[in-house]
Amino acid sequence: MIRRTVRYLDQRAGAAPFVRKALRYLFPDHWSFLLGEVALYAFLVLVATGVYLTFFFVDSTHDVVYHGSYLPLRGQHMSEAYRSVVDLSLSVKAGLLIRQTHHWAANVFIAAIILHLLRVFFTGAYRKPRDFTYLIGVTLLVLSLLEAFMGYSLVDDLMSGMGLFIGYSVGLSIPFVGANVMAWLFGGAFPGAESLWPRLYIAHVLLFPILIGTLLAVHLALVVARHHTQFRGVRRSERRIVGAPTWPAQVPRSLGLLLAVAGVLFLLGGLVQINPVWLWGPFHTWQATNGAQPDWYLGWLIGGLRLVPGWDFTIGRYTVVPGPFWGGAAFPLIVMGFLYLWPWLERMATGDRGFHNLLDRPRDRPVRTAIGVAMVTWVLLVFIAGSSDRVSDLFGISYVDQIWFYRGAVLVGPALAGVVAHRVCRELLAGEAVERERARAETEARLARTSPGA
Amino acid sequence: MSVRVLAVLLALAVPGAASAARAQQGLALYGRYCVSCHGPGGEGLPSVPAPSLRGVGALAADFYLRTGYMPLPRAGLQPRRSRLLLGPRAIDALVAYVASLGGGPPVPAPHPERGSLSAGQQLFTEKCSGCHQIVGAGGYVTGAVPPNLDEATPVQIAEAVRIGPYVMPTFTRKAITDSQLDSIIRYVEFAKHPDNRGGWSLGDVGPVPEGLVTWFLGASVLVGVCLVIGRRLRG
Amino acid sequence: MAKTRDWLLAGIVLLLGRTRSQPGDRERRLVPERPPNPRAELAVLALLGLSSSAAIAFVVVYALSAQTQLLGLAIGLALVFLAAALVVAGKELMPEEELTDEYPADERPPAQETVAQLVDDGVGSITRRRLLKLGLLGAGGTLGLAAIAPAVSFGPLFRVRELFATPWRKGRRLVDESGRPWRASDIEESDFYTAFPEGANKEEIGSPIVLVRLPPDRLALPRELTGYDASGIVAYSKICTHAGCAIAMYRAPLFQPGEPRPALVCPCHYSTFDPARGGEVLFGPAGRPLPMLPLEIDAHGYLRARGNFDGPVGPSWWGVRNRKPSSQ
Repeated sequence: MIRRTVRYLDQRAGAAPFVRKALRYLFPDHWSFLLGEVALYAFLVLVATGVYLTFFFVDSTHDVVYHGSYLPLRGQHMSEAYRSVVDLSLSVKAGLLIRQTHHWAANVFIAAIILHLLRVFFTGAYRKPRDFTYLIGVTLLVLSLLEAFMGYSLVDDLMSGMGLFIGYSVGLSIPFVGANVMAWLFGGAFPGAESLWPRLYIAHVLLFPILIGTLLAVHLALVVARHHTQFRGVRRSERRIVGAPTWPAQVPRSLGLLLAVAGVLFLLGGLVQINPVWLWGPFHTWQATNGAQPDWYLGWLIGGLRLVPGWDFTIGRYTVVPGPFWGGAAFPLIVMGFLYLWPWLERMATGDRGFHNLLDRPRDRPVRTAIGVAMVTWVLLVFIAGSSDRVSDLFGISYVDQIWFYRGAVLVGPALAGVVAHRVCRELLAGEAVERERARAETEARLARTSPGA
Repeated sequence: MSVRVLAVLLALAVPGAASAARAQQGLALYGRYCVSCHGPGGEGLPSVPAPSLRGVGALAADFYLRTGYMPLPRAGLQPRRSRLLLGPRAIDALVAYVASLGGGPPVPAPHPERGSLSAGQQLFTEKCSGCHQIVGAGGYVTGAVPPNLDEATPVQIAEAVRIGPYVMPTFTRKAITDSQLDSIIRYVEFAKHPDNRGGWSLGDVGPVPEGLVTWFLGASVLVGVCLVIGRRLRG
Repeated sequence: MAKTRDWLLAGIVLLLGRTRSQPGDRERRLVPERPPNPRAELAVLALLGLSSSAAIAFVVVYALSAQTQLLGLAIGLALVFLAAALVVAGKELMPEEELTDEYPADERPPAQETVAQLVDDGVGSITRRRLLKLGLLGAGGTLGLAAIAPAVSFGPLFRVRELFATPWRKGRRLVDESGRPWRASDIEESDFYTAFPEGANKEEIGSPIVLVRLPPDRLALPRELTGYDASGIVAYSKICTHAGCAIAMYRAPLFQPGEPRPALVCPCHYSTFDPARGGEVLFGPAGRPLPMLPLEIDAHGYLRARGNFDGPVGPSWWGVRNRKPSSQ
């Protein structure tokens, strides 16, 4: 049977040599190399569940009156888009399961990308010849954030409507061109033209998925072309890779991981409620709810928007930099700019232009690790600041005091964390040196004992 | 000592009450818990930032005492729901006493069953969700913490709407009619146990707990799976 | 009858029997053999069985009640069991190998040279190469420009004056959400109200305003806004000047002093505005005061706008301080 299939394929596609090579491609052995795979599989779940949702979603902000099964909304005016999501959630069999799984998958997708990015950063996997692969990876993160935000906004419930307005405001605040770009994208001032929803929808279900899918394919092709990196170890060198082959070792594991990712996402989708849009009600520009928050992956931006005081930078009557730009746009631009430029910054600082197939441990490069830890601390502090209203609600710590605390902490915290990280790396390395020295001395002592004639 | 003197003074100031015994008990409780801020006779004290109780009626006294908002540990604090110091009968007596200080509305008797859930949802979004969050989970406003409404009884909701405790707006019958209030209460009662057919509700407060689940349940489990799968050829 | 039994028996033997590798196979193997592990095989079988049962349960639940939790549990477990089966098979049944291989060469100069030479040779006989290159660049660039030009149809890329427009103008009545006009006597102290211009689109950000009444002696409007109130009733745009959320909170102290002063607050980033002082920012990230709408009370007691806002509505952008808002 197997032989016959292979012969069929080889005769038609000439595939045998390629498959032979593919089956013996080597995967170096470390759990952290699987984080990128988790992101990939979450993306597959997103596509699969997303396709199902498109069969029920209506991309229109046309005003309709709800007459469905959910009593608190009966007789209310809402957009057709919102009604279709409420119906999909409450009346379509398995609709809620698929929608919730889609939403959890988006949350986990971006979490996995970030874990993968952290692994790549702190081990120096982005160095030549994988710098281009890394750039595509960072681009994938940016695209995924935008894609996820569009998906969140499409529902047109009270919470996401507020989110979209905030996104519009941040776009509006871009110096010199913001107003033009946003009026252009939205087809006029917020809430925009009727064609905004079809635009948003096609971008979310066609343009961005294709972009992400294509870049993902290139990303993976580049990984394969250059082979995986590996940690230092016995028999491993810059020229020699040690690992387990695709078949029989890797295939069952990767398939298992794919199914585990899908399984966990469906379990979450069925058992843990996410974004119960019917509870939020429809969006109208004049309404708002307390505790409106973006999904976690944009939490750092709400933190940024809350921390920066009302700094509209003006020259005469011209508003050069409107306030929301600092926290909502400049802050993520700095973070993303840092990620994009880092390989070149490091190359300039160290003068290291060589090819690298062996990974560093974080402690091997104390300066890089310190800078990375400082960046992570910075983003994390702003992120946590974004939930200070919930903290004040839960623990009664004054919101205003918290905001002032974080305003200080985002300046001091990263530097402090960086210094500590640097110190820890140094200590670990020093400890290793001592350990090596002792091992050498012990071996010598043993040798001296066993050969008394010396 | 001084409290007792005040109580005696108060006894002289009390207008004729229906039940002498109950009035006596109410007066004693007033002297014990309230007089230091609200003053003898409820007209307030110039040195303490506390309002006069004349004309607030049984409605206000019933609300503040049965929610545990009063007595406050210190004048000027935001009153919060806390453990009741007094039993129901003692509260009855104190409410009757405060009501006897002069006029004021009686304890309301709302009929949420007559209200409409949908009208309630709309009114709640219009007037209440900005502070209390769309399903009454509570929130934040600069300078105060709008409470979670889980423990608010229908009567307390009706009272709070009319009083506007601390920095909450006050809604008269003109702004929110009694029948609209019935609808709001019906919605709040619904929102205590809303339609959480999606599973574990995470408190219905939106993306913050969802983010925690993403990381500490979703991502953590999957990292664990990676650890299990990724370890090979050991030992 | 007997034949059926024989077939059944044969089937069972075929299914349950163990296959063993032939001795001859061993020499032809490319992957080292692993000793059989019957317990792991049994575990994989059990997991596969569990997975199929859960998948069947999914279909049954879907047909019967389609209850979300049961559906999720069934399909989730089906996937997780299958995942477990594969992982156990991979770890316990299939051979483990650790192989070494060469990394691909960092670069291949001869191939690079050939490619460059091929490209060169193709265009080598053209004499006016520089000019042609320029022409090609021009053609490509202009074609690209032509290709993206229709995208300008998306929206008013160059007409940002629309951002200054609001539906308010002198004499326009204030109505509530259902279109009923607001009377001055409807507006009470320590409550807040939403109003819209009569007959306008409520969803436009220039439309919604928030109304509050303050004791006239508490009003301390800046000089350029004096007279904007109508006997203590003040009106502000309901759209936050920071990031556009609705000003859905009115902090209305019951008793002063001792409690925070009256304020209009946005629930998104907690920008806090003072309604007594022309909407000035008390706290939070907003960079401009709330735009104030001048009011008057007509002969019938209805509230009307006495003009447009004192400043542009909504979040800031580069031109937001250039002009006053215009009426549509």
